[in-house]
Amino acid sequence: MKNENEIVKLQNIRVSYGGVPALEDVTISIFRHDFLGIIGPNGGGKSTLLKVLLGLVKPDSGTVSVFGKNPEQARSRIGYVSQRPVFDNNYPVSIWDVAMMGRYGKAGIMRRYSHEDKAAVERALKRVDMFKYKDKQIGRLSGGQQQRVFVARALVSEPELLLLDEPTASIDSTLQAEFYELLGELKRNLTIIMVSHDIGAVSIYVDKIACLNRQLYYHGSREITAEVLEATYKCPVQLITHGPVPHRVLKEH
Amino acid sequence: MRNALMAGLLAAVACGIVGVYVVVKRIVFISGGIAHASFGGIGIGYYLGINPIIGALVFSLASGLAIGGITRKTRLSADTAIGILWAVGMAVGIIFIYLTPGYAPDLMSYLFGNILTVPMTDIYLMLGLDLVIISIVTIFFKEYLILSFDEEYATAIGMPVDILYFLLLAMIALTVVVLIRVVGMILVIALLTFPAAMARLFTYDMKKMMILSVIFGFLFTLGGLWISYELNLPSGATIILLGGVVLALAFGVSRLFVKKAAPDKE
Repeated sequence: MKNENEIVKLQNIRVSYGGVPALEDVTISIFRHDFLGIIGPNGGGKSTLLKVLLGLVKPDSGTVSVFGKNPEQARSRIGYVSQRPVFDNNYPVSIWDVAMMGRYGKAGIMRRYSHEDKAAVERALKRVDMFKYKDKQIGRLSGGQQQRVFVARALVSEPELLLLDEPTASIDSTLQAEFYELLGELKRNLTIIMVSHDIGAVSIYVDKIACLNRQLYYHGSREITAEVLEATYKCPVQLITHGPVPHRVLKEH
Repeated sequence: MRNALMAGLLAAVACGIVGVYVVVKRIVFISGGIAHASFGGIGIGYYLGINPIIGALVFSLASGLAIGGITRKTRLSADTAIGILWAVGMAVGIIFIYLTPGYAPDLMSYLFGNILTVPMTDIYLMLGLDLVIISIVTIFFKEYLILSFDEEYATAIGMPVDILYFLLLAMIALTVVVLIRVVGMILVIALLTFPAAMARLFTYDMKKMMILSVIFGFLFTLGGLWISYELNLPSGATIILLGGVVLALAFGVSRLFVKKAAPDKE
């Protein structure tokens, strides 16, 4: 029996790059209105997992289902913000046009952007507070501002599932809190999967946490135990608490 | 002379539009590979006694698709694929020209271009190819804006990235054919890059960049044609040298401005 609220279902996913395993036997279900944080060390397969969900990486074995379909068919319902988009800072495109790219899935091939598309872009740019820069060239913005534009681009497609890969990596710390507040608002209408190594922020804002280091150590609630983190990071860690107390991961001395 | 002006205009349209993609997507050397590989078609054209430009059209399309296929479907890198097709195409051309009995008329004009001798049949062919290019770019403008900006994102939102990439290579192949008569296959990459690089100094809007690039392409061709006539120099090379000099000056001037405006960037 299919569960209507089960948006993502991964079963026994295995991915390797040229013989080097990136994901091993990953099984997870993600439900509507989840805000899932995936944490883990660099090279632990976090970005790969998101790419599997988008159908950009084909698993060697295992099954992927997104909205009950294969990832390619579900793409139009997914918004994606990649870790560090690779683009040329001189690329001739304005903020407005970058955000408009997110409407492509709605507009489709050989169709012009409509008033509705333009309204969606305006809303999304205002939401991330970048509307005032709409005519600027993308390369003229700072890394954090660019990241907001890319979030706007993901939002304009009115996705049901939002995938964020290290969204705060290039945002300065004052803007990070603001950014998480924004996600907090968004999660009311969205399912969000956020990859991050910022354990502190993740445990404050997300509802569920998964720990990933090739294998998935899923914990469900956001209260991570020392054992799970230890298994994930392969090293002893300081006891993790949650709430406003800062969290730290320490290497064994 | 009227043919020369029309050839110049048609060449400017093709290289202005497609050159913008070549420059922003950084595939100048793929274009160079396609251009040189087309020489194989010119040789076969001579050998079979058909219009060499038709041979070039077939060959450049085939080599464009081959470069795309090799880079997308095998583990060979793009520059390896370019190197192979570049040299193999030239070799095929040389062999067939050698095998062709007698003298190959206006071979030099295919290699280095001669805008003054473009026959009317080739003008019609160039016009047709321009129309094809304009149609493709008009239809897929927003697709290419996304694709050449961030290909991973384009794939992630379900765009048929591979098909569009092959189509882009095909457009480059058509542009090469349009330009062969004007500047020759060896100098084609210059006309693909100069006008677009120049246009980029003035705007960051893709459409405006294309329009400016067409205008610059036409000015370079006209100016080069006039200088070559006055000084009795080969037209193709003069057009390219004029473009190079103007571009260098424009870069110099724009650097002065950028230095003043630099603090504006955060």
